Amino acid sequence: MGHTLSVRQLEAWYGSNQTLKGINMEIASNHVTAIIGPSGCGKSTFVRCINRMHETLPGSKVKGEIILDGESIYEQDPVVLRKMVGMVFQKPNPFPSMSIYENVVAGVRLNGMRNKKTLQDIAEKSLRMAALWDEVKDRLNYSGMSLSGGQQQRLCIARALAVEPSVLLMDEPASALDPIATMHIEGLVRQLKEDYTILIVTHNMQQAARIADSTAFFLNGELVEHGPTSEIFTNPNDKRTEDYITGRFG
Amino acid sequence: MSKQYKLTASLGDQILRLLTLSMAIGVLVLMVWMGWQMFDTARPSIQRFGLGFITSRVWDPVKEQFGALPFIYGTLVTSFLALLLAAPIGLGVAIFLNEMAESRFRAVVGFLVEMLAAIPSVVYGLWGIFVLAPWLKTTVEPGLAKWLGFIPLFQGTPVGFGMLAGGLILAVMILPTIAAISREVMAAVPNMQREAALALGATKWEMIRVAVLPYAKSGIMGGIMLGLGRALGETMAVTMVIGNRPDILASLFAPAYSMAAVIANEFTEATYDLYLSALVEIGLILFGITLVLNFFARLLVWSVGRGPKGGSIV
Repeated sequence: MGHTLSVRQLEAWYGSNQTLKGINMEIASNHVTAIIGPSGCGKSTFVRCINRMHETLPGSKVKGEIILDGESIYEQDPVVLRKMVGMVFQKPNPFPSMSIYENVVAGVRLNGMRNKKTLQDIAEKSLRMAALWDEVKDRLNYSGMSLSGGQQQRLCIARALAVEPSVLLMDEPASALDPIATMHIEGLVRQLKEDYTILIVTHNMQQAARIADSTAFFLNGELVEHGPTSEIFTNPNDKRTEDYITGRFG
Repeated sequence: MSKQYKLTASLGDQILRLLTLSMAIGVLVLMVWMGWQMFDTARPSIQRFGLGFITSRVWDPVKEQFGALPFIYGTLVTSFLALLLAAPIGLGVAIFLNEMAESRFRAVVGFLVEMLAAIPSVVYGLWGIFVLAPWLKTTVEPGLAKWLGFIPLFQGTPVGFGMLAGGLILAVMILPTIAAISREVMAAVPNMQREAALALGATKWEMIRVAVLPYAKSGIMGGIMLGLGRALGETMAVTMVIGNRPDILASLFAPAYSMAAVIANEFTEATYDLYLSALVEIGLILFGITLVLNFFARLLVWSVGRGPKGGSIV
């Protein structure tokens, strides 16, 4: 099951540059929430705060509260938190020294799982969830780098799912992919919300419209508007949202 | 069939090509010529002793008996001892500087470590004579003998000057090479790889183990091999601390001799042709060992860099 997230007065800095300014946002469980906005609006920083990845950058700072299923994430060990909040990055980043199979179970192995049978089951289950199993089942010992870009990205999704997180963050997961591969990923996201709470950052407004239950519009580090996707795209409350949606800037 | 087009090069480019080509060929010619010269000079010794030269332990210029085994042994033992000590420490320094240290601290310490490579080897030798060897004699060797004395390597009288001193000084000398190269290849690991590991819930060490080291391993191997190459050929510092006695003893405390050191020390004393010829043959063997080790190093780098089927690392 996915978990709910609530974000309270979240502020983030990168050096002296404030990239997030007082964000308040409720994120429903088992929903796909899209984060849209122009480049540099803070949407990437926002999702990177949720698994405390933002803090790993030198010169970064965070203030505020993020509550995951009733508990503040800043009171948890980030290593433990990241097992509950998985992440898929913009560019596929499989580990090049590992085979497809080893990539999928990399996170599970870090957690100390050594049983071969269990690992194989987890690998198959995760690859099936990532809709990649049929394409790779006969060459699990091949390098992850032997796959196409779209397959590599689904491999990275499988790797994230294998750890069984409750929230999945996706930072423009399809922006480096061709239309067919993008379609695969989008179909996957719609299925995955059965089990996960999904936050997806996207540059592509059609993509948000196609897959997201709710959409949040960020601008200059502020959350301008957050609501059901249909409402944001057809009847936005804020003039700036409307201007962005209709392509007047961004 | 597509028609072949030939690019017509300008006169300047043609001259450049000829010039650089002759330089490249010049290096090759020089190498072959050196090899041949050495072989030619070593010929009397090769004809006289045959394979016995590398299996004999006797080195007695007065009786015209020459065997290179003690020198080969001394060189290999000190070099591998140096590698054994310097490789983990160099890697540790690189990991710390790259993955743990604050950026200002990193710049200062990184510079200082690389400075170690700039110190002339004769200075290392002096330090070896006046600091390292006495310290080994009074503190380290008695300590090792007390705690690990059941191993033959650590038995015998503490002398200070010997293979342990040679290995240690070589370790200090090759440490900066290994650290600097490892650091560079680790810095080239894309940050995406680190984030991939962290996002799966890896600790810092797990991130290094899963994402950084495998990605950089062929480069790290290359750095270690370069360090080994330097250790094998190092002459001055080793000759100053190794004790210069052509003996093969199990104890690391015992004085020994290395190939480079015997050539440097005895070249001017080689009063007759066979003596000189034997020294040159030792040089030839050193040359051969370096070539063979480099070949295997390449093979190793290539095989670890291959990764799983259908893809290569980096």
